[in-house]
Amino acid sequence: MKLKGIRWSHQFTLLLLIAVAFLVSVHMSRHFLDPAYLLTATTNFVETGLMALAMTFVILLGEIDLSVASNLALTAALSGVLWAHFGWPLPVACMVGLVVSAVAGLANGLLVTRLKLPSLTVTLGSMALLRGAAQVLIGNQSITGFPDWFAGVDQRVVGPFPAITLLLLVAAVAWWAVLTRTIRGRMTQATGANRAAARLSGISVEAITVRVFMVSGLMAGFCGLIMMSRVGAARWDMAQGRELDVITAVVLGGTDIAGGEASIPGTMLALILIAVMRTGMGLAEINPETQHVAVGILLAASIAIPNLLRMRNGQKAQPAK
Amino acid sequence: MQAFGDLLRKLVRSRESGVLAFLLLAFAVAAVLAPRFYSLQNLRNLLLDTPLVVTVGMGMTAVIVCRQIDLSVGSIVAVSGMVVGELYRAHPGLPTPVAMAAGVAVGVLLGMGNALLVTYLKVPSIITTLGTMSIYRGLAFVIGHGNQINPNDLPARLVSLSITSPIGVPFLALFALLIFVATHIFLSRSRWGRAVYATGGNPDAARLSGLSTNGIIAGSFITCGALAGLAGIMYASRFGFVNPAQTGTGFELQVIAATVIGGTQVTGGSGTAVGTLLGCILLAAIVNILTVAHLSGRWQLAAYGAIILVAIVADSAGRRQRVTVAA
Repeated sequence: MKLKGIRWSHQFTLLLLIAVAFLVSVHMSRHFLDPAYLLTATTNFVETGLMALAMTFVILLGEIDLSVASNLALTAALSGVLWAHFGWPLPVACMVGLVVSAVAGLANGLLVTRLKLPSLTVTLGSMALLRGAAQVLIGNQSITGFPDWFAGVDQRVVGPFPAITLLLLVAAVAWWAVLTRTIRGRMTQATGANRAAARLSGISVEAITVRVFMVSGLMAGFCGLIMMSRVGAARWDMAQGRELDVITAVVLGGTDIAGGEASIPGTMLALILIAVMRTGMGLAEINPETQHVAVGILLAASIAIPNLLRMRNGQKAQPAK
Repeated sequence: MQAFGDLLRKLVRSRESGVLAFLLLAFAVAAVLAPRFYSLQNLRNLLLDTPLVVTVGMGMTAVIVCRQIDLSVGSIVAVSGMVVGELYRAHPGLPTPVAMAAGVAVGVLLGMGNALLVTYLKVPSIITTLGTMSIYRGLAFVIGHGNQINPNDLPARLVSLSITSPIGVPFLALFALLIFVATHIFLSRSRWGRAVYATGGNPDAARLSGLSTNGIIAGSFITCGALAGLAGIMYASRFGFVNPAQTGTGFELQVIAATVIGGTQVTGGSGTAVGTLLGCILLAAIVNILTVAHLSGRWQLAAYGAIILVAIVADSAGRRQRVTVAA
């Protein structure tokens, strides 16, 4: 079986799983057939989806960014504090938040490329540092009471569709186009597949890595603003642990954790699968812990089962990294 | 005199000297900013804050030296704590060694789950343990039907392990010390220890020279799981309760941070038990100093992050210098 065939079949598997999860959800709760409810529910997954798009590029390079959810929280906390405690106009406060999120991403990228540090440890550190900074900024309080134009972004609609869900779809198409239809995208793929070969063929591997980390940070910051508007509050502990959902969506979507192979449609399908499962289980009043178990099993099985099948066909399993 | 100079030079160039310097700096800062740090009661608190991280950190060191990672340790602590708590609830008279054995057995089983996925099914360890972190956490809820183990479910003799022992130092600290010494000897003096470094340093070369790299990786995951299982009962003793949502949440971050601060490279092949021990003490000391200096708990996480970043940057700079010296 050629590699292209495997990738196609992986996405086909995801489609099948989505269908099964959908049918089971419908069976468990009638609400699941209500299109209006389903469309509203999609807004809960927009931040995870947007960050997963940026993370797909990070993992394509064979790197990882554990700091995204913390960056999200810091951006929201900083923008909220500047607006609420220092009386800055909200748009300016948000711009400053975005700049800081991009700088945090840039710092991750520079530490990884200039000092040749593994991204796992660098972003483990910034994960704690950024969320810690958010906690230092606002402590245990929540910042609320945003003006009407800012709050409730999830309730804006374009026709029957929530605006931010459409935004996610547009972003996904844009990311797909960049990855597969531009020179930069090809260079990023080449870097992920074989760093040394990419460097020798004249690609600035370091510049690409820095840029990808910076975009990941900026996207996390942007999601911080969306989430702040959506839930109507800024807190230091918002989206805690969300980096796991983001990474799960990317890896479940068929992007190789060792780098070199990435699929934007795969990431989106995996996100839809996670969204259907979580929404369905939520409607069936299954507690969040059991939902985590299901997603965890899905993640491990999505790599273990193809490996098992490959072994039975007498091929070598992909080596663990 | 010459020998002493050589020894000093060797010590300064060693991997652990950086973290030791940080540790001395932290103790000096504490002397100025928060003299209460040196009160007997506070040093005793410090002695109680480190054993859990040290115990699991020793397993994590072996796992990371093998070029793997284990994110599921916090959830294993919770499952083990819940199992032990439920056992005590059913049999209040359970002897402590039996309860400890049960905790370790739970850890071994869960560690075997990780090992199976990583070595047999070839799922990368970061994905495996990301998944099992959620799965094991869910298991902790299933075991107690979502309820927590309350202080009155746990016998007084379990809680007393974290208060006293025949020689005055709490048993908990003695366990951790014992595990540290065993790990140090194992990693630096035994044939199997060398095999762990060989596996992490260059897995292909290790396999071609006849080592069972899969067996070594599996062994490190099972050991790490067993120690996390032991930490589960230590948690119950130290805090007097086990909560399926709270117990061990974020613990993996502390353990990995302490290991990395201690100079273990996530790229595999290097790292020592001594370094991890110093890393654990440094982390605990910093948190403790912040508390004593009346800086509220909200600075703790930021301090963790800053110190991880400073430690890895300093280690990388030190490494470059060592390479230059060698050349």
